[in-house]
Amino acid sequence: MNKKSLAFPYILWAGAFIVIPLCMVFYYGMTDKTGAFTLSNIITIATAEHAKALVLSIELSLASTAICFFLAYPLAMILTDMHVSTHSFVVLIFILPMWMNFLLRTLAWQTLLEKTGVINSILQLIHLPGLDIINTPGAIILGMVYNFLPFMVLPIYNALSKIDTNVINAARDLGANGMQTFFRIIFPLSLPGIISGITMVFIPALTTFVISTLLGGSKILLIGNVIEQEFTQTGNWHLGSGLSIVLMIFILINMVAEAVFDREGEGTRL
Amino acid sequence: MKKAMRNLYIALIFLFLYAPILTLIVLSFNASRSRAKWGGFTLKWYQTMFRNDAILQALSNTLLIAFLSALAATVIGTVACISMQAMKRRNRAILMGITNIPMLNADIVTGISLMLLFLTLGLRFGFMTILLSHITFNIPYVILSVMPRMRQLNPSIYEAALDLGASHTHAFFRVVFPDILPGVLSGFLMAFTMSLDDFIITHFTKGPGVDTLSTKIYTEVKKGIKPEMYALSTLIFVTVLVLLFLVNRPPAGKKETGQTP
Repeated sequence: MNKKSLAFPYILWAGAFIVIPLCMVFYYGMTDKTGAFTLSNIITIATAEHAKALVLSIELSLASTAICFFLAYPLAMILTDMHVSTHSFVVLIFILPMWMNFLLRTLAWQTLLEKTGVINSILQLIHLPGLDIINTPGAIILGMVYNFLPFMVLPIYNALSKIDTNVINAARDLGANGMQTFFRIIFPLSLPGIISGITMVFIPALTTFVISTLLGGSKILLIGNVIEQEFTQTGNWHLGSGLSIVLMIFILINMVAEAVFDREGEGTRL
Repeated sequence: MKKAMRNLYIALIFLFLYAPILTLIVLSFNASRSRAKWGGFTLKWYQTMFRNDAILQALSNTLLIAFLSALAATVIGTVACISMQAMKRRNRAILMGITNIPMLNADIVTGISLMLLFLTLGLRFGFMTILLSHITFNIPYVILSVMPRMRQLNPSIYEAALDLGASHTHAFFRVVFPDILPGVLSGFLMAFTMSLDDFIITHFTKGPGVDTLSTKIYTEVKKGIKPEMYALSTLIFVTVLVLLFLVNRPPAGKKETGQTP
């Protein structure tokens, strides 16, 4: 059987473009300009400037992950209940916005949020106080929720639509009320989707540098901005790699969480 | 009452998702160059767009990279799926774990890791480095959409084809391939979309003078986005919308007609 040798091109590709590049990040992150081993690039995360950026990134990404979850779960439940909409149609609705450039879509929020922007004009019309969040952390959270909400909805929707309705009916027959059925049956069964969704939102939100650049003015620095500047402006790849290693610790925690909850190994993503 | 609440909720979420897109479409007809002011209706950006070489060049780069990377990723990914079926369980788990890395990893880390690789190899940053990177992050999308189809296959059918005298290649293309085709196609489409929408990885692996639409927009952010960009994006979005409606028309009488013997 020559089927096995067919794997060779991909194994080569994955080695060259996934594994080796990651090893290089670790190599650069743990050496200095002379090539000598050092941990100082990683430890700089503790300096006031970097720690502040990291803490802010964690706060904003936790907030946006939570908001995404509370928006997405009811939505996914409603979509599952509707039945009429086929699976691919639901996916399509959430993928479609991606055909409009991600930077432009995010920039459009500036037009919507500005002091004299669309939203404030509408609020004024119905005599509500204006919204002044452009160039604040609030605007960044909004941008994160806007960009990453589909990645929370789709896995939860997938998990919910896989639940056997007989299980829910059985719970009802056995006398469970709506709340009990939800917390004892539906919620636990949708957990793999939730974990997957949290990973898919938290990581990009934690590491973004684009959303903060576009909606946060130039004053708010997230850890992603710091790393990006080290690579494209300062040119200190060692420091940038060191800080990336710190980020990878968070990514690793998420990967482990996902592996624990998603034992089928199928992934509930998209 | 409950139904009305549900519909309202869905409507609000869709308003949230599509409001920026609507804004961009409106801006593409805005006579004023500022995105904060409405200066009257115009179609001039749709005309000047076709005379703007820089934008057209970025568009052709974007489409070419999206198409080539999706194509390469589809071929490599599909072949990988076929071969993984024959692998030992453990080896397959390891390879799938590696496949998941670009999806779970942060784009910024993937971007800088590829940048460091290309720097070390001494490659000239440009079209080629962007293409290699896009193929790399596209392969997982293909594998994840082909793999489930592959698992549903009944291996006996393939063996039956062999018993009846078909060669391996022949049996694959006549028996296996038609069954996994929907997965292959949706993998291709997903890869194409992801490549088109990518900014972060392109940002780190592009060279001076080579731009995709994303990187072009990013450099324009500080100077102010050229209205032609809105016009172009609107055009792309509407084209895709029309294409999707044509392809996904409600299956009126279309059901089960595609059954070829």
